Amino acid sequence: MNTNTETEKIFELKDVHYAYQDKIPALSGVSMYVDQGEILAVLGSNGSGKSSLLKILDGLYFPISGSVKAFGEDLTETALRDWAFNFAFRSKVGLVFQDSDVQLFMPTVWEEITFGPLQLGLDNAEVTRRLESALQALHIDHLRDRAPHQLSGGEKKKVALASILSIAPQVWLLDEPTAGLDPRTTAWLIEFLKAQSLAGSTVVIATHDLRLIETLAHRVYILSEEHQITVSGSPSQILSNRDLLEKNNLC
Amino acid sequence: MKNNYQFSQRFQRKGVIHSALVSINDALEQSIFAERTSRLDGLLQRLDPRLKLIGMLVLLVVVNLVRQPIVIAAIYLLSVILAAASNVSLLVFIKRVWVTVFIFTALIALPALFITPGEVLWQITPVVAVTRTGTLSALLLLLRASTSVSLAALLVLSTSWNNILKAMGVLHLPDVIILTLGMTYRYIHLLLHTTNDMFLSRQSRILRPQTSAESRRLLAATSGVLLSKSLQLSSDIYLAMESRGFRDYPRTMDIMRLHWSDWAAAAVVIILAVISLWVGR
Repeated sequence: MNTNTETEKIFELKDVHYAYQDKIPALSGVSMYVDQGEILAVLGSNGSGKSSLLKILDGLYFPISGSVKAFGEDLTETALRDWAFNFAFRSKVGLVFQDSDVQLFMPTVWEEITFGPLQLGLDNAEVTRRLESALQALHIDHLRDRAPHQLSGGEKKKVALASILSIAPQVWLLDEPTAGLDPRTTAWLIEFLKAQSLAGSTVVIATHDLRLIETLAHRVYILSEEHQITVSGSPSQILSNRDLLEKNNLC
Repeated sequence: MKNNYQFSQRFQRKGVIHSALVSINDALEQSIFAERTSRLDGLLQRLDPRLKLIGMLVLLVVVNLVRQPIVIAAIYLLSVILAAASNVSLLVFIKRVWVTVFIFTALIALPALFITPGEVLWQITPVVAVTRTGTLSALLLLLRASTSVSLAALLVLSTSWNNILKAMGVLHLPDVIILTLGMTYRYIHLLLHTTNDMFLSRQSRILRPQTSAESRRLLAATSGVLLSKSLQLSSDIYLAMESRGFRDYPRTMDIMRLHWSDWAAAAVVIILAVISLWVGR
């Protein structure tokens, strides 16, 4: 994998089609790109294909047709079978799932946070350092021995973020990150993502939360109910166009 | 402490939904009780889970090898003292053990009183009598069962389930099996909550008692939905694992460390086992 990031495109999608069970369309001819260091929001109503798009960006789903490039190289099932490519890609990209219960599959918080670094082959000393660092950064040290079912919704989201932070990814993919969070945790999450962006990370958020776009995004794509990218622009351009938002079932 | 799983007392209509809700709540409450007890500051909670697991297995073997009831009774008494020293409610501890023993063992032990040949203690009818050997056999069986269940209960109540699973590593259980069991336990909780919500949702919309056929249909439909949900969940979980670099076999990290108190406890268990085997042979 090309590690010379040269600024520009982290992801580049061309005419991507994806369907569940090869029948139910989720993405229909999506073309888009993600620049290094930006906070990109993919805005769309429920069922528009946002989650599928993020899973394609994370190399978990693969398109029926069209191409996906990550860090300048083709992101395919075959490419990810190569250990070196897989290691490089998984070290650079972290996906925060919409449902924290899906993401928190380990028995305790500390095991959840160490899962990623361990699978990536880091030694125990480095894994421990990252664990402590993530626990401190998210202020969840007191939760380290808890089981996921003993956590509140906000705590689960923080642990899910910590489990990605411990991988130290260059790219954060977040699926509906504010869903089910109270206002205080939402405000905290926005500050957390801003801090990641300031530290040089690229952030891609799939959401239908317009407040998140307003406060966080640098650029916005709208994914229509026909599963196509219809518009891209700045948050102010998108949010000021009420007809566009109504047409896409976003307000 | 009241927990979130208690449901309103107004749902007093007996039936499939009521029974299911009671069972789910019981399961969750027992799990919560064990987890809460395992986090208390007590003697056994401070010991290494691996030591507790091996110590329990050693004492289980001892209990089932010795032949003197007094020795087994002494070990049972020790388990009660350890429960008290570990801040485990004695009432709950003793009740949990003896309910299990009476259900599963007393019925088996009862016939031994009458069918074992030996010196007659009590002639009930001309052909049925309670013998000394039979009484001793039944007593021994009850003592062995109650002491074994007590030792197992001590381990479960003083150690979180996840630590028990990790401790199984010392028995050379493969990491992948330990991880799978841990994940199973974690998601059983989630599915229990889901089931609870499904039944509550149904309960809130039922206006009359259900017939047997309706109850069967409800159970079948709930089972189907749960199966479907769990299949979807397992697929999503695999993606979440893959997303963080999982390939074929999990790598795990062991952070358990033995302290001087663990070695001291190990010495006590060994001495106790040797003395028990010697005295109770």
